[in-house]
Amino acid sequence: MEFFSPTDLLGSSPILALGLFSLIALLVNAFLKNSAGMVFYVSAVGIFVAIGCSIYTFPMNATAFSDMLLVGGYASFFSVLFLVIALFSMFIAKPYLEREQYHYGEYYVLILLATIGMVMLASSADLITAFLGIEMMSVSFYVLAGYFRGKLSSNESALKYFLLGAFATGFLLYGIALIYGTTGTTNLLRIVTMYPQPFNDPLHIIGWGLILIGFGFKVAAVPFHMWVPDVYEGAPTPVTAFMSTGGKAAAFSVFLMTFSVPMSMRDERLMTVLAVLAAASMLLGNWFGLSQTNLKRMLAYSSIAHAGYMIIGIASATPMGQQGIAFYLVSYALTNLGAFGIIAMMEKENGGNLNYEDYAGLGKRKPALAALLAMFMFSLTGIPPFAGFIGKYYLFASAVQSHMTWLAIFGVITSLFSTYYYLRIIVYMYFKEATNHEEIKLPGLTFATVILCGAGIVLFGIVPSLIFDLMKSIF
Amino acid sequence: MRARRECLACREKKVMIPLNHYLLLSAFLFSCGVLGVVVRRNAIIVFMSIELMLNAVNLSLVAFGQFLGDATGQMLVFFVMVVAAAEAAVGLAIIISLFRNKQTVNIDELNILKW
Repeated sequence: MEFFSPTDLLGSSPILALGLFSLIALLVNAFLKNSAGMVFYVSAVGIFVAIGCSIYTFPMNATAFSDMLLVGGYASFFSVLFLVIALFSMFIAKPYLEREQYHYGEYYVLILLATIGMVMLASSADLITAFLGIEMMSVSFYVLAGYFRGKLSSNESALKYFLLGAFATGFLLYGIALIYGTTGTTNLLRIVTMYPQPFNDPLHIIGWGLILIGFGFKVAAVPFHMWVPDVYEGAPTPVTAFMSTGGKAAAFSVFLMTFSVPMSMRDERLMTVLAVLAAASMLLGNWFGLSQTNLKRMLAYSSIAHAGYMIIGIASATPMGQQGIAFYLVSYALTNLGAFGIIAMMEKENGGNLNYEDYAGLGKRKPALAALLAMFMFSLTGIPPFAGFIGKYYLFASAVQSHMTWLAIFGVITSLFSTYYYLRIIVYMYFKEATNHEEIKLPGLTFATVILCGAGIVLFGIVPSLIFDLMKSIF
Repeated sequence: MRARRECLACREKKVMIPLNHYLLLSAFLFSCGVLGVVVRRNAIIVFMSIELMLNAVNLSLVAFGQFLGDATGQMLVFFVMVVAAAEAAVGLAIIISLFRNKQTVNIDELNILKW
């Protein structure tokens, strides 16, 4: 009897590589003194190996472990994205944690473990692997959010995230149970072949509804967004950078994959529910964003609004919408990593220097930093030639394509709201006099990462076909 | 031994408890859990309510698995139990680290970050 086929091992090689390196990193951390720096390098090597494995499996189009995991294409594309996000967030974290004197090896091990969960999410072809991936990612995030053990804000953020996250898991799991009960399988590829028959069963529809609640929490869509501002504000800045980009991208990759099953019926009710969810997220996220004074909290509300834009792509259920989401995730990840990188560099001990006023006059004090932050804000607003514009264009166009023009119009109007709070920071940086003349230190590693992110959004904004050509082979 | 013989006998007579009873019980327990999370303010009790939700789901998974004659449900229950154990470890650790700094586990007193 054969347990593993070569496809199984090759297909899960990114996960295996990450797992192996996270164990090595853990052992290094346990047995060597002052080994945080070394753990950093081991983890970085692990991520590079996993990127190599993902790229190698890209042309394959198969499933592994009796249809539990997807291999190649979709899975590889998103895995590379998550791995790059993890790497960048590690680069942002190292100088930050050294400055805060919280530089321990566990941090990088937890990042690797969360990344395993993310890669598993992107490759899940079965609700069981989706559940395990989400849990693996979330449990690591709970710990990371509370990483500053001595700080009350970090504790509070971790506890809120943990309680609401676990609550959401309950709903997700109940949904999985109902879908299993009404179809007799948890495998997405097999459920799809049974349609439309299970759709007549109300329990089946309730099941999808419960799964939607679970995913709604994880992607931070209104009305399941209550945790986002508090958790993003209280968690250490590099962790927020990782959660808001990697966590969101991973949740969307599995949301998209899973909901392609019920959306294949093009059921009017489900499309309307998703459209309303998208509209509510865009409206409330941008609305509350207007009144924020803390940049981390502002970016948290902006993250809710961006979840709304991306749900449009799921609601429209067209290939254009799916490609739009994938592109948007890439641009959003680069933009947010860059913005949080800058916030991490500007931040002072105990959460100082996080308000709009603290950025006054930055245009004169640090022109390069101010220019980069301005670029990220333009990209979040959706102004060409940055990548954010192309992503938004595709998502709104997909809404029009599936006869939901109102949603596209709504999206454009709410983006106009968002212009106010994104551009406000630019007004502060360039048109106000500096009140604070403390020296700003720019650690090389973080600054280089921020520059890479900036280069990325310009590159993908000008030549979006770099990503869209890849995606033609996926969707 | 005697109990087992009786059970075989009841299976022969097809007097099994219907699936709906399990599902209703599971839905009831799940609702109790949700209510507990929403109403109670003690972090540990909220956490217990979440565990109740997970176990309610386990009940319906086992029932579905039994009635479908399929092992996937039972297998998933093991995964859920493992995940619940991991969550318990992390969750209680978070609660302890909070308690060390603030000497409270009441959620309403967590107000540094405004809701």
